[in-house]
Amino acid sequence: MSAAGELLAPSAIDGTGFTVRRAARSSGWLLGFAAALVVLLAFMPALVSHGDTSLLVNVFVLLTISTMWNLLAGYAGLVSIGQQAFIGLGAYSVVVAAINGMEPFTVIPVAAVVCGVISIPVAALVFRTRGGYFAIATWVVASAAQLVISSITSIGGGTGHPVPGLSSLAPGEFANISYWSALAVVVVALAATYLLLRSRLGLVLAAVRDNEDAARAAGTRVTLARGVVFVLAAIGCGAAGALLAVTQLQVEPVAAFSVQWSAEIIFVTLIGGMGTIEGPILGTVIYFVLQQNLAQHGAWYLIIVGTVAVAVAIWFPRGLWGTVTRRLRFEFFPVRYQVVGPRPQDSGSPT
Amino acid sequence: MTWFNAILQGILLGGFYALFACGLSLLFGVMGIINLAHGDFAVIAGYVAVVLVPSTHLPMVLGFLVVVPIFALGGYILQRTLFQSALNRGDPLTILLVTFGLSIITENSLLQAFSANGQSINIGSLIADSINPNNVISISDISLVVLIVAVVVLGTLQLVLSRTSIGRMIRAVADDREAAELVGINHRHVFGIAAAIALATVALAGLASGMITEFAPSTGTSNLLFAFEAVVIGGIGSLWGTLVGGIVLGVAQQIGAQINPAYQILAGHVVFLAVLAVRSRGLFAVREAA
Repeated sequence: MSAAGELLAPSAIDGTGFTVRRAARSSGWLLGFAAALVVLLAFMPALVSHGDTSLLVNVFVLLTISTMWNLLAGYAGLVSIGQQAFIGLGAYSVVVAAINGMEPFTVIPVAAVVCGVISIPVAALVFRTRGGYFAIATWVVASAAQLVISSITSIGGGTGHPVPGLSSLAPGEFANISYWSALAVVVVALAATYLLLRSRLGLVLAAVRDNEDAARAAGTRVTLARGVVFVLAAIGCGAAGALLAVTQLQVEPVAAFSVQWSAEIIFVTLIGGMGTIEGPILGTVIYFVLQQNLAQHGAWYLIIVGTVAVAVAIWFPRGLWGTVTRRLRFEFFPVRYQVVGPRPQDSGSPT
Repeated sequence: MTWFNAILQGILLGGFYALFACGLSLLFGVMGIINLAHGDFAVIAGYVAVVLVPSTHLPMVLGFLVVVPIFALGGYILQRTLFQSALNRGDPLTILLVTFGLSIITENSLLQAFSANGQSINIGSLIADSINPNNVISISDISLVVLIVAVVVLGTLQLVLSRTSIGRMIRAVADDREAAELVGINHRHVFGIAAAIALATVALAGLASGMITEFAPSTGTSNLLFAFEAVVIGGIGSLWGTLVGGIVLGVAQQIGAQINPAYQILAGHVVFLAVLAVRSRGLFAVREAA
C-alpha cells in the first residue's frame, strides 16, 4: 500500500539517477486545453445547426461506450462482446420510468445506476469464465436480455415503445437539452476514467494488465478490481443507452440490443488504440469521418470499414494513437509512469 | 408424444449446430482464434455452390465435391497469410479484429454481389421427403442426413486427431507450440492444415444450411452465436463434446419452442448460462491447459 502511495509522486530510484514520474509537464497545459475544448463544445448549439448537434450526440454516445469498453478490455483484460446488454437496459429503464410519469432527461443517471446494479449478478455469472469464453458468455447474456425484454408486452414487446413525456419541449429546446446531456455523459465518462486510472485501482489494473500472476502474488485483489470495472462500464453503457432512448424518442429491442454496437465499439477502440484514453477518442473521430464521407456508398462503405480494421490490426497492432504515443512518449491524459533518465547536470544529486 | 417429437427435432437441429461448430472448435482449440467470420464463411459456401455447381453438371446434393476442396485450400492460404500475420502479433485481440473485419467485408461484398434476397440450394424432391412413423413425428430426410454427416465428420476428425501423425502434430502445437517446434514440427504448416480442415467443415455446414433452409448475406451472425454456444457447452478441445453441446442446445431450443414459440432461442441461452454456472469449462472439457 505504501509503495503505491510513494509512486504517486515522482520518485528517485536509489543510486541510479533515474526517476519514475507520471505526467510530463506539457500534459498539464494539454489538460487545460481539454477543459477549454469542453467549454467550447458546450457553446456548440449556438454555433451550429440542430442537424450537426444531433450528429455530435451520436459521436458522444459512441465515445462513451467505447471508453467503457476500453476500460474493460484494455485495462481489466475483460473482452466483452455484450455491452449492448447495458445499452439496451439503460434505454428501457428510461422507458419504464417515463411511462410512470418521470421526466426522461432527469432519469438518465437513475438508468445508469440501474444498469450498475443489474451488472453485479451478471458479473457473478460471467466472471466464472475467461478469455474467449467470457466474450461469448457476455454476448449470450445480451441476446438473452433482448429476448426477455421483447417478451414483455407492457413495454412494447418486440416492436418497441416510444418515450413519453417529451412532447412538451419545443424542438429547438429538445435538441439543445439532448446535446448538453450527451456532452455531460461523455465528459463524466472520460473524467471518471482518467481519475480511475490515476487512482490506486488504476495502478492495480496496470499491474494486472502487465502480468496477472505477478499482481496476484503481490497481493492485489484482482477479481475485485475487475468487478469494479465491470460495474462502472455497465453504468457508463447504461447512461449511453438512456441517452439514445431520450434523443431518439423511441426504443426498439433489436436495435437497442444489437451486436452491431459491439462491432462499432471494437472497431473504434482498436483502430484508435486500446489501453489509452486517447485511443477511443481518435477512433471515434475516424469512424465518423469515414461514415460522413462514405455512407452514401452503402455496402462499399462497410467493406472499407472492414478493410481498415484488418489493415490496422496487422500493421498498427497498438492502434493509431498507441503507435503515435510510443514514438513520441507523449500523452494527453497522463496515466502511465515513465522512467526518466538522468540529465547530465543533475546526475548524482537525486531530488 | 409432442414432447418426444420436440426432443427428436432438437437432436436433428443439434446435428446441424455441431457441424457448424466443429470448425469453430478446431480454430479455437488449436490456434486460439475466435473466428467472428465463421458464420459468413458458411454463407460464402452456399453462394459458391449456387454459382459453381450448375456449371459442373453435378446434382446439387453432390455440390460438396466442388465446394469443400475450394474451402480447404482457401483455409490453408488464409491461415498462412492473414491469420498467421495476426497471430504473430502475439495479442489475441489482433486476430479478433481481423476476423471481425473479414466478417464485415464478407457480408457486405455478398450484399453487393447477390443482393439481400434469401437463396437456397435446390435439392429437388429431397427437401420434402420425410420419415413418418406416426402422425405426430416427422423426421425430414435432409435433417437426418445432416445429423449423420455431423456424426461422421466429428468421428473422423476425432480419429484423425488421435490416431494419425498429422493429428498428433495438431495436438502437439495446440498444447505447446514451442515444445512442438523443438521436436521439428513446423507449427505454421500444421496451423494451415487445421484451418483447411476447419474451413472444409464450415463449407459442409454452409451447404447444409442452404439445403435445410434459406441463406442470405446477413444470416451468418445468428448461426455464429449458436455455434459458439455449442462449442462452449461441450467444452473446448473435445469434438464429441461439441456434438453433445450442439444436441443439448438444439433440444433446449426445441423444448423452449414447444412451450412458447417465442422462447426457442431464449431457452437455448438459459441452458448455456446454466452450464456455465455449473461447469464453467463446459461439459466435456479436456484437462486444464498448463
